[in-house]
Amino acid sequence: MADNTFMLEIVTPEEILYKEEVQFMVAPAVEGELGILKNHAPLVAALKIGVLRYQDPAGNEFRIAISGGFMEVVDNVARVLAETAEHGLDIDILRAKAARERAEKRLSQRDENINYSRAKLALQRSIARLKAAGEKVD
Amino acid sequence: MAGAGVREYKRRIRSVKSTQQITKAMKMVAAAKLRRAQARAESSRPYTETLTGTLARLAGVAYDVNHPLLEKREDILKVGYIVVTSDRGLCGAYNTNIIKLVTTAIAEDGRNLESGIIAVGKKGRDFFRKRGGVDAEFVSLGDKVNYADAKEIADYVINAYENEELDEVYLIYAKFYNALRQVPTITKILPLETPTEEKTEEHFVDYLYEPSAEEILMTLLPKYVASVIYHAMLEGKASEHGATMTAMGNATQNAGEIIDNLTLVMNKVRQAAITDEILDIVGGAEALNKGGK
Repeated sequence: MADNTFMLEIVTPEEILYKEEVQFMVAPAVEGELGILKNHAPLVAALKIGVLRYQDPAGNEFRIAISGGFMEVVDNVARVLAETAEHGLDIDILRAKAARERAEKRLSQRDENINYSRAKLALQRSIARLKAAGEKVD
Repeated sequence: MAGAGVREYKRRIRSVKSTQQITKAMKMVAAAKLRRAQARAESSRPYTETLTGTLARLAGVAYDVNHPLLEKREDILKVGYIVVTSDRGLCGAYNTNIIKLVTTAIAEDGRNLESGIIAVGKKGRDFFRKRGGVDAEFVSLGDKVNYADAKEIADYVINAYENEELDEVYLIYAKFYNALRQVPTITKILPLETPTEEKTEEHFVDYLYEPSAEEILMTLLPKYVASVIYHAMLEGKASEHGATMTAMGNATQNAGEIIDNLTLVMNKVRQAAITDEILDIVGGAEALNKGGK
Protein backbone atom coordinates (compact mmCIF):
# COMPACT_ATOMS: atom_id res chain seq x y z
CA MET A 1 0.00 0.00 0.00
CA ALA A 2 2.59 2.45 1.12
CA ASP A 3 4.72 2.30 -2.02
CA ASN A 4 2.14 3.71 -4.40
CA THR A 5 1.54 6.96 -2.55
CA PHE A 6 2.85 10.48 -3.04
CA MET A 7 2.64 13.67 -1.05
CA LEU A 8 -0.24 16.07 -1.57
CA GLU A 9 0.07 19.58 -0.18
CA ILE A 10 -2.70 22.11 -0.36
CA VAL A 11 -1.43 25.57 0.43
CA THR A 12 -3.41 28.80 0.79
CA PRO A 13 -2.04 32.22 1.72
CA GLU A 14 -3.30 31.74 5.25
CA GLU A 15 -2.37 28.16 6.03
CA ILE A 16 -1.30 24.73 4.83
CA LEU A 17 -4.71 23.10 4.61
CA TYR A 18 -3.56 19.57 3.88
CA LYS A 19 -0.24 17.76 3.80
CA GLU A 20 -0.55 13.96 3.68
CA GLU A 21 0.30 10.96 1.56
CA VAL A 22 -2.36 10.09 -1.00
CA GLN A 23 -2.56 7.40 -3.65
CA PHE A 24 -4.57 9.23 -6.25
CA MET A 25 -5.81 12.72 -6.95
CA VAL A 26 -7.86 14.55 -9.55
CA ALA A 27 -7.41 18.30 -9.93
CA PRO A 28 -9.76 20.69 -11.78
CA ALA A 29 -7.31 22.00 -14.40
CA VAL A 30 -8.41 24.75 -16.77
CA GLU A 31 -8.54 22.34 -19.70
CA GLY A 32 -10.31 19.51 -17.94
CA GLU A 33 -9.74 17.27 -14.99
CA LEU A 34 -6.24 16.06 -14.40
CA GLY A 35 -5.51 12.81 -12.58
CA ILE A 36 -2.19 12.33 -10.82
CA LEU A 37 -0.62 9.08 -9.67
CA LYS A 38 2.75 8.31 -8.19
CA ASN A 39 5.81 9.04 -10.37
CA HIS A 40 4.05 11.64 -12.46
CA ALA A 41 6.28 13.70 -14.73
CA PRO A 42 7.13 17.22 -13.49
CA LEU A 43 4.13 19.41 -14.22
CA VAL A 44 2.78 22.87 -13.66
CA ALA A 45 -0.93 23.28 -14.31
CA ALA A 46 -3.35 26.15 -13.91
CA LEU A 47 -6.47 25.22 -11.96
CA LYS A 48 -9.95 26.66 -12.15
CA ILE A 49 -12.61 27.00 -9.50
CA GLY A 50 -13.78 23.50 -8.74
CA VAL A 51 -13.42 20.36 -6.70
CA LEU A 52 -10.20 18.50 -6.06
CA ARG A 53 -10.58 14.81 -5.19
CA TYR A 54 -8.05 12.53 -3.60
CA GLN A 55 -7.82 9.04 -2.16
CA ASP A 56 -5.94 8.43 1.06
CA PRO A 57 -3.74 5.31 1.42
CA ALA A 58 -6.70 3.40 2.87
CA GLY A 59 -8.72 4.10 -0.26
CA ASN A 60 -11.18 6.61 1.22
CA GLU A 61 -12.12 9.41 -1.11
CA PHE A 62 -12.24 13.05 0.01
CA ARG A 63 -13.11 16.30 -1.70
CA ILE A 64 -11.77 19.81 -1.33
CA ALA A 65 -13.30 22.92 -2.88
CA ILE A 66 -10.67 25.24 -4.33
CA SER A 67 -11.06 28.68 -5.85
CA GLY A 68 -8.55 28.34 -8.66
CA GLY A 69 -4.81 28.62 -8.56
CA PHE A 70 -2.18 26.26 -9.81
CA MET A 71 -0.54 22.95 -9.10
CA GLU A 72 3.06 21.92 -9.29
CA VAL A 73 4.09 18.27 -9.36
CA VAL A 74 7.73 17.32 -8.92
CA ASP A 75 9.55 14.43 -7.20
CA ASN A 76 6.33 12.85 -6.00
CA VAL A 77 5.11 15.99 -4.29
CA ALA A 78 1.97 17.61 -5.65
CA ARG A 79 1.65 21.10 -4.32
CA VAL A 80 -1.62 22.91 -4.96
CA LEU A 81 -1.68 26.66 -4.46
CA ALA A 82 -5.14 28.13 -4.16
CA GLU A 83 -6.39 31.44 -2.84
CA THR A 84 -8.98 29.60 -0.78
CA ALA A 85 -9.50 25.91 -0.13
CA GLU A 86 -11.99 24.11 2.07
CA HIS A 87 -12.46 20.49 3.10
CA GLY A 88 -15.78 19.16 1.85
CA LEU A 89 -16.60 17.94 5.35
CA ASP A 90 -16.13 21.44 6.80
CA ILE A 91 -18.44 23.17 4.38
CA ASP A 92 -21.65 24.65 5.70
CA ILE A 93 -24.17 23.45 3.11
CA LEU A 94 -26.86 25.93 4.09
CA ARG A 95 -24.48 28.83 3.73
CA ALA A 96 -23.20 27.58 0.40
CA LYS A 97 -26.79 27.19 -0.85
CA ALA A 98 -27.63 30.70 0.26
CA ALA A 99 -24.53 32.03 -1.50
CA ARG A 100 -25.56 30.23 -4.66
CA GLU A 101 -29.06 31.66 -4.60
CA ARG A 102 -27.67 35.12 -3.97
CA ALA A 103 -25.30 34.84 -6.92
CA GLU A 104 -28.04 33.50 -9.21
CA LYS A 105 -30.39 36.27 -8.23
CA ARG A 106 -27.73 38.84 -8.89
CA LEU A 107 -27.01 37.37 -12.31
CA SER A 108 -30.67 37.36 -13.30
CA GLN A 109 -31.06 41.06 -12.62
CA ARG A 110 -30.28 43.62 -15.25
CA ASP A 111 -28.67 46.18 -13.07
CA GLU A 112 -25.76 48.34 -14.12
CA ASN A 113 -24.37 48.44 -10.62
CA ILE A 114 -23.70 44.73 -10.61
CA ASN A 115 -20.33 43.40 -11.51
CA TYR A 116 -21.30 40.39 -13.62
CA SER A 117 -17.94 38.70 -13.87
CA ARG A 118 -17.68 38.90 -10.12
CA ALA A 119 -21.14 37.45 -9.57
CA LYS A 120 -20.34 34.65 -12.01
CA LEU A 121 -17.22 33.77 -10.07
CA ALA A 122 -19.20 33.79 -6.83
CA LEU A 123 -21.69 31.39 -8.41
CA GLN A 124 -18.93 29.04 -9.56
CA ARG A 125 -17.38 29.10 -6.12
CA SER A 126 -20.64 28.29 -4.38
CA ILE A 127 -21.32 25.42 -6.79
CA ALA A 128 -17.82 24.03 -6.22
CA ARG A 129 -18.39 24.20 -2.48
CA LEU A 130 -21.72 22.39 -2.75
CA LYS A 131 -20.16 19.69 -4.90
CA ALA A 132 -17.27 19.26 -2.49
CA ALA A 133 -19.76 18.94 0.35
CA GLY A 134 -21.36 16.03 -1.53
CA GLU A 135 -24.55 17.80 -2.60
CA LYS A 136 -26.17 17.00 -5.91
CA VAL A 137 -25.83 20.03 -8.16
CA ASP A 138 -27.74 20.26 -11.41
CA MET B 1 -2.66 73.53 56.51
CA ALA B 2 0.33 71.50 55.32
CA GLY B 3 -1.69 68.24 55.49
CA ALA B 4 -3.69 69.38 52.44
CA GLY B 5 -0.46 69.45 50.36
CA VAL B 6 0.31 65.84 51.23
CA ARG B 7 -3.18 64.78 50.32
CA GLU B 8 -2.85 66.49 46.94
CA TYR B 9 0.34 64.54 46.19
CA LYS B 10 -1.26 61.28 47.28
CA ARG B 11 -4.09 61.90 44.85
CA ARG B 12 -1.71 62.56 41.97
CA ILE B 13 0.37 59.47 42.70
CA ARG B 14 -2.76 57.37 42.68
CA SER B 15 -3.83 58.75 39.32
CA VAL B 16 -0.39 58.15 37.74
CA LYS B 17 -0.41 54.62 39.15
CA SER B 18 -3.71 53.78 37.50
CA THR B 19 -2.38 55.12 34.19
CA GLN B 20 0.68 52.95 34.66
CA GLN B 21 -1.51 49.90 35.13
CA ILE B 22 -3.28 50.64 31.87
CA THR B 23 -0.08 51.09 29.89
CA LYS B 24 1.34 47.92 31.41
CA ALA B 25 -1.75 45.96 30.38
CA MET B 26 -1.62 47.46 26.88
CA LYS B 27 1.99 46.41 26.58
CA MET B 28 1.14 42.84 27.47
CA VAL B 29 -1.81 42.76 25.07
CA ALA B 30 0.43 44.08 22.30
CA ALA B 31 2.99 41.37 23.07
CA ALA B 32 0.35 38.67 22.75
CA LYS B 33 -0.97 40.17 19.51
CA LEU B 34 2.54 40.45 18.16
CA ARG B 35 3.08 36.75 18.70
CA ARG B 36 -0.14 35.97 16.87
CA ALA B 37 0.74 38.31 14.00
CA GLN B 38 4.13 36.65 13.67
CA ALA B 39 2.53 33.22 13.59
CA ARG B 40 0.24 34.35 10.77
CA ALA B 41 3.16 35.78 8.85
CA GLU B 42 4.96 32.48 9.33
CA SER B 43 2.06 30.42 8.02
CA SER B 44 1.79 32.56 4.88
CA ARG B 45 5.36 31.76 3.93
CA PRO B 46 4.88 28.42 2.08
CA TYR B 47 2.34 30.03 -0.26
CA THR B 48 4.43 33.12 -0.98
CA GLU B 49 7.62 31.15 -1.48
CA THR B 50 6.09 28.59 -3.83
CA LEU B 51 4.32 31.29 -5.81
CA THR B 52 7.48 33.38 -6.15
CA GLY B 53 9.57 30.33 -7.08
CA THR B 54 7.14 29.12 -9.72
CA LEU B 55 6.75 32.61 -11.14
CA ALA B 56 10.50 32.98 -11.45
CA ARG B 57 10.75 29.65 -13.24
CA LEU B 58 7.88 30.50 -15.56
CA ALA B 59 9.43 33.86 -16.38
CA GLY B 60 12.55 31.97 -17.40
CA VAL B 61 10.76 29.80 -19.94
CA ALA B 62 7.93 32.05 -21.11
CA TYR B 63 9.24 34.45 -23.72
CA ASP B 64 6.64 36.53 -25.41
CA VAL B 65 4.35 37.42 -22.58
CA ASN B 66 2.46 40.64 -23.05
CA HIS B 67 0.60 41.16 -19.87
CA PRO B 68 -0.53 44.71 -19.11
CA LEU B 69 0.83 44.37 -15.58
CA LEU B 70 4.35 43.81 -16.88
CA GLU B 71 4.41 46.58 -19.42
CA LYS B 72 6.31 49.76 -18.58
CA ARG B 73 4.53 52.89 -19.74
CA GLU B 74 6.09 55.74 -21.63
CA ASP B 75 3.80 58.48 -20.39
CA ILE B 76 3.43 58.42 -16.68
CA LEU B 77 0.78 60.80 -15.42
CA LYS B 78 -0.30 59.49 -12.06
CA VAL B 79 1.46 57.46 -9.42
CA GLY B 80 -0.41 55.42 -6.83
CA TYR B 81 0.78 54.90 -3.28
CA ILE B 82 -0.64 52.10 -1.18
CA VAL B 83 -0.05 53.27 2.38
CA VAL B 84 -0.31 50.59 5.05
CA THR B 85 -0.83 52.18 8.48
CA SER B 86 -2.68 51.19 11.63
CA ASP B 87 -6.26 51.96 12.59
CA ARG B 88 -5.34 52.95 16.12
CA GLY B 89 -2.78 55.24 17.69
CA LEU B 90 -0.73 54.73 20.85
CA CYS B 91 2.01 53.05 18.90
CA GLY B 92 4.75 55.66 19.07
CA ALA B 93 6.10 57.06 15.82
CA TYR B 94 4.91 54.03 13.79
CA ASN B 95 2.38 55.84 11.61
CA THR B 96 4.30 59.12 11.50
CA ASN B 97 7.35 57.37 10.07
CA ILE B 98 5.34 55.66 7.35
CA ILE B 99 3.52 58.86 6.38
CA LYS B 100 6.79 60.76 6.37
CA LEU B 101 8.24 58.24 3.94
CA VAL B 102 5.26 58.70 1.61
CA THR B 103 5.39 62.50 1.68
CA THR B 104 9.15 62.56 1.04
CA ALA B 105 8.75 60.02 -1.76
CA ILE B 106 6.14 62.24 -3.38
CA ALA B 107 8.19 65.41 -2.83
CA GLU B 108 11.42 63.87 -4.10
CA ASP B 109 9.88 62.18 -7.11
CA GLY B 110 10.84 65.21 -9.21
CA ARG B 111 8.64 64.32 -12.15
CA ASN B 112 5.91 66.54 -10.75
CA LEU B 113 3.18 63.97 -11.29
CA GLU B 114 -0.23 63.59 -9.87
CA SER B 115 -0.33 61.19 -6.96
CA GLY B 116 -3.13 59.00 -5.69
CA ILE B 117 -3.27 57.59 -2.19
CA ILE B 118 -4.75 54.18 -1.49
CA ALA B 119 -5.05 54.20 2.28
CA VAL B 120 -4.98 50.95 4.21
CA GLY B 121 -5.63 51.85 7.85
CA LYS B 122 -7.33 54.85 9.41
CA LYS B 123 -4.23 56.78 10.45
CA GLY B 124 -2.91 57.13 6.93
CA ARG B 125 -6.37 57.89 5.59
CA ASP B 126 -6.98 60.64 8.15
CA PHE B 127 -3.66 62.28 7.36
CA PHE B 128 -4.08 62.29 3.59
CA ARG B 129 -7.73 63.17 3.73
CA LYS B 130 -6.72 66.52 5.23
CA ARG B 131 -4.34 67.21 2.38
CA GLY B 132 -5.65 66.43 -1.03
CA GLY B 133 -7.73 63.40 -0.21
CA VAL B 134 -7.45 59.70 -0.84
CA ASP B 135 -8.37 57.71 -3.96
CA ALA B 136 -9.52 54.67 -2.03
CA GLU B 137 -9.58 53.54 1.55
CA PHE B 138 -9.54 50.15 3.22
CA VAL B 139 -9.99 50.69 6.94
CA SER B 140 -11.15 48.85 10.07
CA LEU B 141 -9.76 45.57 8.82
CA GLY B 142 -9.10 44.37 12.36
CA ASP B 143 -6.13 42.72 13.98
CA LYS B 144 -6.50 39.56 11.95
CA VAL B 145 -5.12 40.25 8.51
CA ASN B 146 -7.23 38.47 5.90
CA TYR B 147 -6.08 37.42 2.48
CA ALA B 148 -9.51 38.39 1.16
CA ASP B 149 -8.85 42.02 2.16
CA ALA B 150 -5.46 41.98 0.46
CA LYS B 151 -7.09 40.58 -2.66
CA GLU B 152 -9.68 43.32 -2.67
CA ILE B 153 -6.95 45.96 -2.50
CA ALA B 154 -5.02 44.17 -5.26
CA ASP B 155 -8.16 44.02 -7.43
CA TYR B 156 -8.71 47.74 -6.98
CA VAL B 157 -5.12 48.62 -7.86
CA ILE B 158 -4.92 46.25 -10.83
CA ASN B 159 -8.19 47.61 -12.16
CA ALA B 160 -7.00 51.22 -11.79
CA TYR B 161 -3.73 50.30 -13.47
CA GLU B 162 -5.34 48.52 -16.39
CA ASN B 163 -7.75 51.43 -16.92
CA GLU B 164 -4.73 53.74 -16.95
CA GLU B 165 -5.95 55.69 -13.95
CA LEU B 166 -2.61 54.86 -12.39
CA ASP B 167 0.63 54.38 -14.30
CA GLU B 168 2.88 53.26 -11.49
CA VAL B 169 2.08 51.89 -8.05
CA TYR B 170 4.20 51.87 -4.93
CA LEU B 171 3.60 50.02 -1.70
CA ILE B 172 4.64 51.55 1.61
CA TYR B 173 4.65 49.60 4.86
CA ALA B 174 6.78 49.05 7.94
CA LYS B 175 9.06 46.05 7.63
CA PHE B 176 9.25 44.10 10.86
CA TYR B 177 12.65 43.18 12.29
CA ASN B 178 11.86 42.91 16.00
CA ALA B 179 9.78 44.62 18.67
CA LEU B 180 12.25 47.51 18.80
CA ARG B 181 12.97 47.88 15.11
CA GLN B 182 10.44 48.46 12.36
CA VAL B 183 11.65 50.10 9.20
CA PRO B 184 9.27 51.91 6.81
CA THR B 185 9.88 50.54 3.33
CA ILE B 186 8.77 51.56 -0.15
CA THR B 187 8.64 49.15 -3.08
CA LYS B 188 7.35 49.48 -6.59
CA ILE B 189 4.70 46.87 -7.31
CA LEU B 190 3.38 47.98 -10.69
CA PRO B 191 4.51 47.59 -13.39
CA LEU B 192 5.47 44.19 -12.06
CA GLU B 193 8.96 42.98 -12.17
CA THR B 194 8.86 39.21 -12.16
CA PRO B 195 11.08 37.62 -9.57
CA THR B 196 14.17 36.01 -11.01
CA GLU B 197 15.65 32.73 -10.02
CA GLU B 198 19.32 32.13 -9.46
CA LYS B 199 20.45 29.80 -12.15
CA THR B 200 21.16 26.38 -10.74
CA GLU B 201 21.76 24.30 -13.82
CA GLU B 202 22.17 20.98 -12.06
CA HIS B 203 18.65 21.23 -10.62
CA PHE B 204 17.09 21.89 -13.96
CA VAL B 205 13.74 20.11 -14.25
CA ASP B 206 11.88 19.91 -17.49
CA TYR B 207 8.29 20.69 -16.57
CA LEU B 208 5.16 20.06 -18.54
CA TYR B 209 2.91 23.09 -18.66
CA GLU B 210 -0.86 22.86 -18.71
CA PRO B 211 -2.02 24.83 -20.70
CA SER B 212 1.23 26.73 -21.46
CA ALA B 213 3.91 28.54 -19.47
CA GLU B 214 2.72 31.88 -20.86
CA GLU B 215 -0.89 31.35 -19.91
CA ILE B 216 -0.09 30.11 -16.44
CA LEU B 217 2.19 33.07 -15.93
CA MET B 218 -0.60 35.45 -16.84
CA THR B 219 -3.06 33.93 -14.40
CA LEU B 220 -0.45 34.03 -11.67
CA LEU B 221 0.49 37.70 -11.99
CA PRO B 222 -2.61 39.15 -10.28
CA LYS B 223 -2.24 36.55 -7.53
CA TYR B 224 1.35 37.60 -7.10
CA VAL B 225 0.29 41.24 -6.63
CA ALA B 226 -2.24 40.15 -4.00
CA SER B 227 0.33 38.04 -2.19
CA VAL B 228 2.82 40.94 -2.11
CA ILE B 229 0.15 43.20 -0.60
CA TYR B 230 -0.90 40.48 1.85
CA HIS B 231 2.69 40.09 2.94
CA ALA B 232 3.03 43.85 3.47
CA MET B 233 -0.14 43.91 5.56
CA LEU B 234 1.14 41.05 7.72
CA GLU B 235 4.49 42.75 8.24
CA GLY B 236 2.71 46.02 8.96
CA LYS B 237 0.53 44.37 11.56
CA ALA B 238 3.50 42.77 13.32
CA SER B 239 5.32 46.12 13.21
CA GLU B 240 2.30 47.92 14.61
CA HIS B 241 2.12 45.62 17.63
CA GLY B 242 5.88 45.78 18.09
CA ALA B 243 5.73 49.58 18.08
CA THR B 244 2.78 49.57 20.51
CA MET B 245 4.69 47.26 22.81
CA THR B 246 7.73 49.53 22.85
CA ALA B 247 5.68 52.70 23.24
CA MET B 248 3.67 51.26 26.11
CA GLY B 249 6.81 49.89 27.76
CA ASN B 250 8.30 53.38 27.70
CA ALA B 251 5.08 54.90 29.03
CA THR B 252 5.06 52.42 31.92
CA GLN B 253 8.66 53.30 32.72
CA ASN B 254 7.96 57.04 32.58
CA ALA B 255 4.99 56.62 34.88
CA GLY B 256 7.28 54.83 37.34
CA GLU B 257 9.68 57.77 37.29
CA ILE B 258 6.89 60.27 37.87
CA ILE B 259 5.64 58.21 40.79
CA ASP B 260 9.14 58.15 42.33
CA ASN B 261 9.52 61.91 41.97
CA LEU B 262 6.07 62.63 43.38
CA THR B 263 6.69 60.31 46.32
CA LEU B 264 9.96 62.09 47.08
CA VAL B 265 8.33 65.52 46.95
CA MET B 266 5.40 64.28 49.04
CA ASN B 267 7.73 63.00 51.73
CA LYS B 268 9.60 66.29 51.78
CA VAL B 269 6.36 68.23 52.17
CA ARG B 270 5.23 65.96 54.96
CA GLN B 271 8.60 66.28 56.71
CA ALA B 272 8.45 70.06 56.38
CA ALA B 273 4.97 70.07 57.94
CA ILE B 274 6.17 67.97 60.87
CA THR B 275 9.19 70.24 61.37
CA ASP B 276 6.91 73.29 61.34
CA GLU B 277 4.67 71.76 63.99
CA ILE B 278 7.63 70.82 66.22
CA LEU B 279 8.97 74.36 65.93
CA ASP B 280 5.55 75.70 66.91
CA ILE B 281 5.39 73.45 69.96
CA VAL B 282 8.95 74.20 71.03
CA GLY B 283 8.37 77.92 70.55
CA GLY B 284 5.15 77.78 72.57
CA ALA B 285 6.75 75.78 75.39
CA GLU B 286 9.66 78.18 75.56
CA ALA B 287 7.30 81.16 75.77
CA LEU B 288 5.41 79.49 78.64
CA ASN B 289 8.65 78.75 80.47
CA LYS B 290 9.80 82.33 80.17
CA GLY B 291 6.42 83.62 81.36
CA GLY B 292 6.56 81.37 84.47
CA LYS B 293 9.93 82.62 85.75
